[in-house]
Amino acid sequence: MRKITTILAILCLAPLVAFASESTVKLDQAPIRSGDKLSLQRGAQTFVNYCLSCHSAEYMRYNRLRDLGLSENQISDNLIFTGQKVGELMTVAMKTKEAKQWFGVAPPDLSVIARSRGADWLYTYLRKFYRDDSTATGWNNLVFDKAAMPHVLYQLQGEQSLVTNTVDDGHGGTHEVKELKLDKPGTLSKTEYEAYVADLVNFLVYLGEPAATKRVQIGIIVMLFLFGMLALTYALKHEYWKDIH
Amino acid sequence: MADIEKKQEMNGRRRFLIAATSIAGGIAGVAVATPFMMSMMPSERAKAAGAPVEVDISKVEPGMLLLVEWRGKVVWVLNRTPEMLADLKKLDSQVSDPKSEKDQQPKYAQNETRSIKPAILVVEGVCTHLGCSPVYRKDIAPADLGADWLGGFFCPCHGSKFDLAGRVYKSVPAPTNLVVPPHLYLSDTTLLIGSDRKESA
Amino acid sequence: MSKRLASLVDWIDARFPLTSNWKAHLTEYYAPKNFNFWYYFGSLAMLVLVNQLLTGIFLTMNYKPDASMAFASVEYIMRDVDFGWLIRYMHSTGASMFFVVVYLHMFRGMMYGSYRKPRELLWLIGMGIFFMLMMLAFTGYILPWGQMSYWGAQVIVSMIGAIPVIGETLSNWLLGDFMLSDAALNRFFAYHVVTLPVLLVTLVVVHILALHEVGSSNPDGIEIKKYKDPVTHIPVDGIPFHPYYTVKDIFGVIVFLIVFCAIIFFAPEMGGYFLEYNNFVPANTLQTPDHIAPVWYFTPYYSMLRAVTINFLWIDAKLWGIVLMGGSVAIFALLPWLDRSPVKSIRYKGPIFKFALTLFVISVFVLGYLGTKSPTPLFTTLAQIFTVIYFAFFILMPWYSKIDKTKPEPTRVKE
Repeated sequence: MRKITTILAILCLAPLVAFASESTVKLDQAPIRSGDKLSLQRGAQTFVNYCLSCHSAEYMRYNRLRDLGLSENQISDNLIFTGQKVGELMTVAMKTKEAKQWFGVAPPDLSVIARSRGADWLYTYLRKFYRDDSTATGWNNLVFDKAAMPHVLYQLQGEQSLVTNTVDDGHGGTHEVKELKLDKPGTLSKTEYEAYVADLVNFLVYLGEPAATKRVQIGIIVMLFLFGMLALTYALKHEYWKDIH
Repeated sequence: MADIEKKQEMNGRRRFLIAATSIAGGIAGVAVATPFMMSMMPSERAKAAGAPVEVDISKVEPGMLLLVEWRGKVVWVLNRTPEMLADLKKLDSQVSDPKSEKDQQPKYAQNETRSIKPAILVVEGVCTHLGCSPVYRKDIAPADLGADWLGGFFCPCHGSKFDLAGRVYKSVPAPTNLVVPPHLYLSDTTLLIGSDRKESA
Repeated sequence: MSKRLASLVDWIDARFPLTSNWKAHLTEYYAPKNFNFWYYFGSLAMLVLVNQLLTGIFLTMNYKPDASMAFASVEYIMRDVDFGWLIRYMHSTGASMFFVVVYLHMFRGMMYGSYRKPRELLWLIGMGIFFMLMMLAFTGYILPWGQMSYWGAQVIVSMIGAIPVIGETLSNWLLGDFMLSDAALNRFFAYHVVTLPVLLVTLVVVHILALHEVGSSNPDGIEIKKYKDPVTHIPVDGIPFHPYYTVKDIFGVIVFLIVFCAIIFFAPEMGGYFLEYNNFVPANTLQTPDHIAPVWYFTPYYSMLRAVTINFLWIDAKLWGIVLMGGSVAIFALLPWLDRSPVKSIRYKGPIFKFALTLFVISVFVLGYLGTKSPTPLFTTLAQIFTVIYFAFFILMPWYSKIDKTKPEPTRVKE
């Protein structure tokens, strides 16, 4: 009996451990700090400046950005460039049909992109663009081969190119390692750009689930209450079951 | 079994634990019910739709009525002619709240014309009886409304009558004057309906 | 106060069987006194059912069953509706926890022989509940109209098309279109919120009525009704359900809620098992995601569906896969007649049964794991081996349960 319970418990956990990303490129871990409001504000600024001209976040209302510690006036003065009202959704002016003509595919909505792609993927993707003359935009990406999106932040990051090295793997064989080399530096240094992208990804994670912070806060209260209930109901059960034992 | 029944009696500890668990359970019940009840309040979308609206009134000629939608209901903007304004005084004895004493308007509209600028009336076009939208009848003394009708609003649902300041006539079903929504002038010709604070524009 | 209450109860009793039902199902329903950990899951399933009904009603207030609006309406619930995120997570987590609880409840039945005479019908009704639950999970998973909703449903619907002769007509009839579209979403919504819940609740009531007729089984697998007090005619090893099992179940509920709330508040996606990442991408009818896998509770069956790769007896592999998948669920219903052991409980069954059950559990987990992975030749072979083990557990049971060396059952329950 006990043996079966143990086996069950182990088997329950096994798939969770074994669940791994099937992506071919190793993703860098995004430094997510969901409580850092300044980082989120910087990310929001980048988002409305660079992303929102092609991508929408059409499930998100501008005034929800109050979560980041901004007032409605600050939001409408600094973050709304479309002439929209502060209560409106973060839609995009570009028409889907035109976008399809320009990029081949319509730029996806970014409201829940961090939930489908994951923060690490976004953090790596935004840093792994390189020059590639064979594509329509002149850009390619290590994480997302033949991505239709051009490198929007190249003035900041600079221009990278692909270097393929053949490396001895130590067992007599060889394998290819793809690396990016910075050819033309941008206005930001490597660490500055990494921090810049980290802020943006931090914001995208917030955007994916704006209620997440509140969820955890409420969760802690609920758990504390339940542990109190646990003691109480255990005492109640114990008291009644004295009759039986 | 018999001995169980003997033991199965209330003692102080049991009573205390039952009470404590019931109270905690009751708190939990209320705490669980709260988010469900809150979810039925107007959502962020509904709140956004209720945002103040800006109206250009430069093209509203004297005597003309403009219909504006705010929070899903109609708001009237009426540019009254000098004759219409003069007629208002004559009706003081026929309307039930001539001085607008009941709280149906913001302070700045509690005056003879029930408006900020005398000529421009801004009222919700919603009958204070049961919510129908009255009809603008500027014709003087029509056959159906009687010889002393000096122009006003007539509600087709239950026959309530209001004058051109939205004041309700005596002995009609509607109890109070039409509601003046919060509003302000952003400029001479732009009106903000739904808020009387400039920053919400 | 209590006098007034008593007279109110008298007033009702004269018009409605309140006190008699209270007694029959709670204070004078005698349950074996030796329930262990595994006997919590019945009442927990009830709790999850209530959770699903309640949160479901509130979700329908804002959800739009329309292919062009469904995905957006879910995000609307998550963002614009006050506490909408909480209600949605309670529902999505509840769906998975329903299966956790029901699987453990079924496993309890298999360990202690709860399906044996006189509880065969009780077991069959339970199987009906399980089937309804799967239908509810399937129809519910379509509703957010994300990529996994769409393509998962597409796979299931294609299976119906594989039925010989009538398949295609049947699938068109079910979908109300020639492909999976708005029409199907709209009607699956109707099934999910009206038809299936009504059937499920009805079956749950019938399940409890049947249970209270034959009485609960217990970890010793013996009938407590055999030994009754000569005077009171109450089973000597029975105790009134209320208050003893109510207070015990309340404690179990709190333990369950700790797990349940920990998931809702701290890991609602549960690492992509409860809410799949690809389902945060709106349905795209032109592009299948790179990797599709059903939600975890369907993966064992899904593995068996994929495991069949050879045509056999003039029937092609596709149809065999579907037959096998259906069979893997339906075969549970035969358990009462497959088990020929002289004892009910695993406590007195021999080593062969213990070995077989362990192997069966392992095969379910391995198949479940494989169902989440893309098929590779190794994985397919593994899936085939464990599919055979899965079915062998049932098909060989009449034989091994008979020859197994059992221990004698006690006459009274152990403490």
